[in-house]
Amino acid sequence: MKFNMSLLASTMASTARSVLILGSVVLMCGAFGDALAQSGAKGDEDALLGLDAIAPGAPMPRKGQFVHVPPTMDDLEASSFHPKLKEAIRRGRDLFVNTQQLRGKNVFNDLNCASCHMGEGRLPFSSPVWPAAIILPNYRPKNDHVNSLEERIAGCFSFSMNGKPPAYGSDDMLALTAYHQWLARGVPMYQPGNMMYGRGYPRIAEPDIEPDAVRGEAVYQAQCAICHGPDGAGTSARGEVVFPPVWGDGSYNWGAGISRVFSLAAFAKHNMPLGKPRSLSDQEAWDVAVYINSRERPQDPRYTGDVRETRQMYLESFHKSTLYGTEFEGRLLGDHDNVGEKDFLKPDVLRPRSFAAPGQGD
Amino acid sequence: MITSVLMRKHRGSLVASVLLALAPIAAHSDSAVERGEASAAICIACHQADGNGIALPGANPWPRLAGLDPDYLANQLRAFKSGERQSAEMTPFATMLSDEQIDDVAAYYSSLEARTPESSTEVSRDVLDAGQKLARYGDWNRYIVPCTSCHGPDNQGVGSAFPDISGQHADYLAQQLTAWREGTRRGDPLGLMQAIAERMTDDDVTAVSAWLSTQPPADGRVAKAGGKAE
Repeated sequence: MKFNMSLLASTMASTARSVLILGSVVLMCGAFGDALAQSGAKGDEDALLGLDAIAPGAPMPRKGQFVHVPPTMDDLEASSFHPKLKEAIRRGRDLFVNTQQLRGKNVFNDLNCASCHMGEGRLPFSSPVWPAAIILPNYRPKNDHVNSLEERIAGCFSFSMNGKPPAYGSDDMLALTAYHQWLARGVPMYQPGNMMYGRGYPRIAEPDIEPDAVRGEAVYQAQCAICHGPDGAGTSARGEVVFPPVWGDGSYNWGAGISRVFSLAAFAKHNMPLGKPRSLSDQEAWDVAVYINSRERPQDPRYTGDVRETRQMYLESFHKSTLYGTEFEGRLLGDHDNVGEKDFLKPDVLRPRSFAAPGQGD
Repeated sequence: MITSVLMRKHRGSLVASVLLALAPIAAHSDSAVERGEASAAICIACHQADGNGIALPGANPWPRLAGLDPDYLANQLRAFKSGERQSAEMTPFATMLSDEQIDDVAAYYSSLEARTPESSTEVSRDVLDAGQKLARYGDWNRYIVPCTSCHGPDNQGVGSAFPDISGQHADYLAQQLTAWREGTRRGDPLGLMQAIAERMTDDDVTAVSAWLSTQPPADGRVAKAGGKAE
């Protein structure tokens, strides 16, 4: 990816420099004259070259998109933050990359946060986690109410980790939110989600031909099985999960965001095989996503006891993009009571909220 | 031998045919190690009698083979033999080995006890720290993933595709990373190692190789793809 300096917004040049001093790099891309180039702001140029390195082969930022490369742990150590805040952020990062330390307490599968949010949650196109600290509290269609950052993280624990979130306000939750918020350092609050460069797993082009699990299996066995196993069960060594399971009891459940085919297709395209982002064709990514997301996995915590009914209840906001509750290869997917390793279906903390005045609420 | 005894005792029975199918595998391991030891006589000059290799300053480094995954070792020998992996030193010897001898030699070296090499290069604490950071956390700003993400806990290897690189000679690791980077070594699964090596600088290679060489090698427990470690 070659960067065109003219994409940069001159209005952001001073922001970029000021944030650089703090150890982060924030740039606004958009209409940009020669002002920045002529300003000789070397840090800005470095940041652009840096973007090519952190997101090799990635699509260019669109006009007006906000580009943020979060701070590193070295930046944290070099910062003037209070030592106790540094401790909390370090703890949050440690929980993020080794979430398995909460196994059996909050995590009931083989995943870490960093399994899906690669590069310690900092990597663009790998659902970097700093945007959550920017756009929340906000309304979220998935649960149809206003969510806090803690509640968003609780969603990951409940679905992607097939578990039970650390309590709101707990030390672990505070450490995780501190880590998220620190990664977002310097980014203006409440930006439109689609204006943040590399947020989520940016959607890939629609497939040329209907995604197909048979072709997807061939892609899987050729490109994924060496690490994730021919049966999707992942690979462990010396008691530690090295490559996480992608289906089955050790993987994300039917309510996880990445069980949506378009999410997994985009994740695979932008992040897999490890170290070779964007090496699969779009068609291969769609095919392998359909294959993986049509295998069985633990029950959606919102299960009512009837998979078709559950699919229908959350169809618009979620399940229209999954294969849950559909007939696939002669099986009704998700038609089971298997909740994986845990002994409950739904964590109590998943509950609706309303802020309507009494008598006007929903 | 076991097979022939079983054949006399259970000739014609279903049990016999099952045992016949299994016995050669069980019998294979020990004798493969013994046969491999005999075939490996010629390897000792470079890889040393204990299989732990040697790296002397200014000389070509000879890697530790001891304790490495047998399938990984066999795959490398086959790659030398086919020319997929180039080495003026290794190709002639690999070419001399039959398919069975390759498996035997691999089984033999895999059975030997690995140990951390004595340091052959003097590097500063800063360089070791940089190497440790790369190995454990990578440098995602340059899309260099941590070594551990494929080579497993403590970089002691995962299955036959991701070898134990902990406690390998620094000069050998550096030589191979450079070969991946320059495209003179190929044949890594899906080009995974090459993709990372190409993003590494000389300083990265020196640092991560130096640090890994100071770490303990695996104790021989080997993980299989698609399952838990044994």
